[in-house]
Amino acid sequence: MTNEKQETTAITLTVNGETMSGVVEPRMLLSDFIRQDLQLTGTHVGCEHGVCGACTILIDGVSVRSCLTFAVQAEGCRIETVEGLLERDGKLSPLQQAFSDHHALQCGFCTPGLLMTATELLRTRPGASRDDIRDAISGNLCRCTGYQTIIDAIFDMGTRLLAEEKSA
Amino acid sequence: MTIETKIGIGASMPRREDARLLSGRGRFTDDLLLPRMAHAAMFGSPHAHARIVRIDTAAAAALKGVLGVFTGKDLAGVMGPMPTLATPPVVQHCVAFERARHVGEPIAVVVAESRYIAEDAVALIEVEFEELPVVVDPEAAVKSTGNAVLHPEFGSNIVHQSRHAWGPVEEAFSQAAHVVCREFRWPRVGPQPLETCAAIADYDAITGHFQVWANMSQQSVIGPKFAKILHTDMAHMTFHIRDVGGSFGGKATLYHVPLLAAVLSREIGRPVKFVEDRAEHMTAGNQHASDRLYKAELAINAENRFTGLRLRVLDDMGAYFLIATGAHGNALAQATGPYQIDALEYDLTCVVTNKTQQAPYRGFGGEVGNFVLERMVDAAAAELGVHPVELRRRNFIANDQFPYRTPVGNLYDSGDYTRVLDAAMALADEHKIWDMPKHAAPGKRIGIGLATVNERSVLSMTEFWLLDADPIFPQSSSPESVQVSIHADGTVNVSIFAPHWGNSPETMAAQITAHELMIPPEWIRVVQVGTDGGMLSKGPAGSRYTAMLAGAILGACTKLKQRILAIGAHRLGVLIDEAVYADGQVTCKADSSRAIALPDIARASHSHRLDFPGDDQTFRSGLTESFTCDHPRATLPTQDRTDLGVFYPIVGHACHIAVVEVDEATQSSRVIRYVAVHDAGTIVNPRLVDGQIRGGIAQGIGTALYEQYLYDDEGQLVNATLADYGVPTSEEIPDMILGHVETPSPFTAYGIKGCGEGGRLAAMPALAAAFDDAYRDSNLYVDRLPMTPSALHTKLSQLKPV
Ligand code: FES
Ligand code: FES
Repeated sequence: MTNEKQETTAITLTVNGETMSGVVEPRMLLSDFIRQDLQLTGTHVGCEHGVCGACTILIDGVSVRSCLTFAVQAEGCRIETVEGLLERDGKLSPLQQAFSDHHALQCGFCTPGLLMTATELLRTRPGASRDDIRDAISGNLCRCTGYQTIIDAIFDMGTRLLAEEKSA
Repeated sequence: MTIETKIGIGASMPRREDARLLSGRGRFTDDLLLPRMAHAAMFGSPHAHARIVRIDTAAAAALKGVLGVFTGKDLAGVMGPMPTLATPPVVQHCVAFERARHVGEPIAVVVAESRYIAEDAVALIEVEFEELPVVVDPEAAVKSTGNAVLHPEFGSNIVHQSRHAWGPVEEAFSQAAHVVCREFRWPRVGPQPLETCAAIADYDAITGHFQVWANMSQQSVIGPKFAKILHTDMAHMTFHIRDVGGSFGGKATLYHVPLLAAVLSREIGRPVKFVEDRAEHMTAGNQHASDRLYKAELAINAENRFTGLRLRVLDDMGAYFLIATGAHGNALAQATGPYQIDALEYDLTCVVTNKTQQAPYRGFGGEVGNFVLERMVDAAAAELGVHPVELRRRNFIANDQFPYRTPVGNLYDSGDYTRVLDAAMALADEHKIWDMPKHAAPGKRIGIGLATVNERSVLSMTEFWLLDADPIFPQSSSPESVQVSIHADGTVNVSIFAPHWGNSPETMAAQITAHELMIPPEWIRVVQVGTDGGMLSKGPAGSRYTAMLAGAILGACTKLKQRILAIGAHRLGVLIDEAVYADGQVTCKADSSRAIALPDIARASHSHRLDFPGDDQTFRSGLTESFTCDHPRATLPTQDRTDLGVFYPIVGHACHIAVVEVDEATQSSRVIRYVAVHDAGTIVNPRLVDGQIRGGIAQGIGTALYEQYLYDDEGQLVNATLADYGVPTSEEIPDMILGHVETPSPFTAYGIKGCGEGGRLAAMPALAAAFDDAYRDSNLYVDRLPMTPSALHTKLSQLKPV
């Protein structure tokens, strides 16, 4: 494989609500496109072979490993990354705050991926039990925390969301 | 309530680091994009041991977008070999030439417009190898001759051999009522942080100046060595501090990645980024740790007291010897553990083999020593027919023996081992662990294991060379520096050096400064300065950072407070000893209504110099003080090494109780309950300490049950992905029940002890004992890790031949 005549393709997609476009080689990974071309470096790359989950983003609401996805596959898709989680006023979202309150991060390298996995889970199953959460995040490696406080944070958030749903 | 109790030492203050990390604004090395930045990729050796006959880089160099292709020979002309701590040095180049000594070792490196192109070019490099005999078995390495010798100048694969005895060893064994003998095999594991090693360097040809951003540490200490290797000096190098995505020790000796980025930037005249991929990190990232065989003997007298310990150790260092015998010096700091054992013999052989070389990993050899000692205690309990907990209690160093001098000469500052044990037993009781039925579910067995270990902390540096008779570089400095500046409005700037690598340096600095100056943490900004700040810092290593940072902050703040008090008293028109500084103001002792607040004092100090006596330096303009904290208690070893000196005297303690569940059919196992009680001296931030302990235990569970770098006979690393290697997921790590005992250190600021490694210093022997307990009816004794299903199956079938 040489790059002498790499074809390039123009792609357009929405990222965190904004329309963005770029010109990419077909082989460019979505993770690289997001980090390098869009300069959204919150999405991390820990293994590039689909194991660690650090690169997890949401595509059309579904969690995906951006290191196993080509940028061209995201054409026309709605992408969410960690940068989109902040509140309108720039403050941490309740989920992000819960991570901090429970000390669910140490080095923080796994954290963006875990936040995206948790976002998906809480949208679909805010009532998830601790065991469900443990299961749901098992594709996101964290080498620092031992996971317990991450589960605490997500469970706490889920409990609050459920309470809000009930009172609404 | 004073401010101090709300915000200072002992409070679970929220982390400073979190907001940026949670919002995707971390400052990791790979996040930095510089204009005109080029990208490097490596050609790693496919062979474990081979002579490099010929390298053809023409096709790679001709590829469009390639800016340069360099072999080891090319680079040897423009840079020196890597730093090493070994005496005599085992020479290692960032890019090997003449000979490849392990799979993945860099043989050539490409710089290109993008990493994609760089990797395309790597695929076009052709190398002709002549394969050499491969050595993967450390016992075979001892006997290697001819072409199987990795570094011919050594004449063999043995790079270190020493035998030391401290205390009455012969007497202990000749007069023993009982001697326990066991052999152990400790697995090659490694830190595997989520972020691989990464560096960016930008060389300015006009000024000859390098800027380096890397997820390394100890830049102020290792920087001058880097400069020499690059044929320049520290006045022409700036190292910047970045966030680090985990290190666990491994990145403390991260040298080749930043060195390569730097030299390549100079060669091509553009900024160069080099980020390892995961396979490189696993095969060539220097991310492997202790790989040891032990023969151990424990002498016990008629009163069931331990009297002597003999350890014969063979360590497979991998292909080079960068860390020298550091991980053994480390183990020697607490080789006799929490027990009074007056005699110790340590017989060490280090060999090189065709594997990636060793680097530090949480515990740095101390965890291996703890495992062996605790396993010996369990073996002794079984042989003597004594309850393992009782045997431990009987042999614990008593509270009135502190400070306790170990046979090698190291000092244990303080402790209360019985209280820690009692606390752990009580927690286990509270959580009904002792009542758990052995066969809770059909086809499942349950085992409970306990370990009581010491947790040496606050590294001095002598451990790296004290086993060498004549070390080339007998370093003994481990400084930590800060600068505290109070602005004219009373807010504070604290400059620290160390990177954030998962510990919480900014939070610690803010919390301790808030405590010391008795001001709200919101008034305090913490900045991480690089080498341009001129501060000397050893950074996080050997569970030293918080204790040493606290010492430095205390030193700087003490100087500041003297001046604040003098200025305040002068403003109030009273003598210094008629005033007091507390809660952010100087107050008249005689009349508490007369006070001047810190912002007013700061403004006076910054702007009204002529209001104060002219010749008194106390009143010099501005409130800035720096302080360098040296190790509070370390000493040098004696020339003959009959006394290794005091080298790890801040010693915590832990008791872990682990419960494993084993499936009888598949022999797969899970940790289902976990209790850990730690004494880390005075706790600065309880939530953060718990985080360190949990993370360490999770890594301990990885070591005990799942992880190992597996090499085949050809020296191929067969499990070089995170999945195959076996980093535990959330499914493998249970919730943990934690408790604390605090016996403050008499040697450190506030009595802080280190706690960064404790979880992993204690977990493995507790887990091993739990496996024993699960198969007590078969007399299982775990003497090797990890206890994977196949390892357990093999062990059990040896016990019960079918
Ligand atoms: S980087 Fe995508 S899963 Fe690890
Ligand atoms: S916080 Fe470091 S890997 Fe999860």
